[in-house]
Amino acid sequence: MWKWFHKLASPPHFYRLAATLIPWLAVPGLMLIAYGAYAGLFVAPEDYQQGDAFRIIYVHVPSAYLSMMAYMFMAFGGAIGLIWRMKLAHAVGAAAAPIGAAFTFLALVTGSIWGRPMWGTWWEWGDPRLTSELILLFLYFGYMALRSSIDDTAKADKASAVLALVGVVNVVIVHYSVEWWSSLHQGQTLFKEGGPAMDASMLYPLLAMILGFTLVFGALLARRIRTEVLYRERRTRWVREMILSPEGGK
Amino acid sequence: MKPRQQRMLAVGLAVLGVAIAAGLTLRAFEDNMMFFVDISDVIAGEYPEERNFRIGGLVVDGSVMRQEGALDMSFRITDMRCELGVEYTGVLPDLFREGQGVVAHGAMGDNGIFVADKILAKHDENYMAPEVAESLAKHVDEKTQTLREGTTECEQP
Amino acid sequence: MDAMAMGNYGMYVWSCFGITLAVILISDVRARLRHKQVYREIEVRIKALEERK
Repeated sequence: MWKWFHKLASPPHFYRLAATLIPWLAVPGLMLIAYGAYAGLFVAPEDYQQGDAFRIIYVHVPSAYLSMMAYMFMAFGGAIGLIWRMKLAHAVGAAAAPIGAAFTFLALVTGSIWGRPMWGTWWEWGDPRLTSELILLFLYFGYMALRSSIDDTAKADKASAVLALVGVVNVVIVHYSVEWWSSLHQGQTLFKEGGPAMDASMLYPLLAMILGFTLVFGALLARRIRTEVLYRERRTRWVREMILSPEGGK
Repeated sequence: MKPRQQRMLAVGLAVLGVAIAAGLTLRAFEDNMMFFVDISDVIAGEYPEERNFRIGGLVVDGSVMRQEGALDMSFRITDMRCELGVEYTGVLPDLFREGQGVVAHGAMGDNGIFVADKILAKHDENYMAPEVAESLAKHVDEKTQTLREGTTECEQP
Repeated sequence: MDAMAMGNYGMYVWSCFGITLAVILISDVRARLRHKQVYREIEVRIKALEERK
């Protein structure tokens, strides 16, 4: 177990493994998204209350879920990096930030476009779900700004890991905001007590979208981790040998 | 203790500390974290008097009155215990209908009627096809029975 | 055409799907470009060092 763990954490091994992994994540992910988008837009029935506007759920929910998932990668990467002094874990955290910011942006924008016709507003200041998700976006921006302001990678890793860990409390708030306080946003659909509150014909495309988005997120993350690893190891022998070898290491 | 275990403890304590601090802060500002005030609380007089605020509840069946050819309207809103009259002039969101959850922004008028300057519609977390919703109508009937019969539980101060 | 109109919500639904696709594509392209740029910089430096030897 530990031997395997150490091998996985060795930069040259991970650099190559990630390259092989990317198509295995991206291709099934895109296929699931293609199915989910088609079934969600054209096969699933319209909603009894919201009509066709409910179809925004098929991009909104996966984005919102990944906005939190990416943050947990960032925070756990930071924690493992701080405790075990594992550089690869810090690289995972740094790689997750821009992807997480992109999905948080998507969750906010698609939610806003959904809110306009249904709730009657693009944005409501003071709503706990909306506000905490916006704070999540600012946490990503803060994390990235902090990293780029510190030249020394080891110092940047430590400082940004602490910020990521402090911000975990906001992810918990995003998740429970609709249960703890009154909000314009409705409660949990998928993790509701007694099973998802959704017809199967609507649910399966949504599950396909969530899984597809997760796989694509994995592919995007693997690509960014490779770049992080390459940059951090730029002065090592294995990078030099790889670049001078006839096949290169792109 | 090994250095690694010390770091583990430090990280754990730091996260716990932040969580407790956040929990206490949120508890202290509990009232401000609420997006809207319940109708029962409004009836009991527990609402900000100097400023505008939001109320949330369900539109009582058959209570929606519209002025002919104008945007003026009034309806009653309930939290299944207490009812409150609301007056509003303006455009309504697509989801506004009787039995629907709504959030109204405005202030209490002198006559005990809430004067709204903005109405937002809430939708629930259930998604289903129209046909399924129809077959569930019996269930919905039970849920909205209170809406039609009116509420008596509430004691006016 | 009816399917595209989405019962008058077409603008909202299609813009959400379009923006999502665009952001994911941009995210991927940016990651590829950044990787290429980092690789190129390291390659130039290492090859220059090699020639000096």
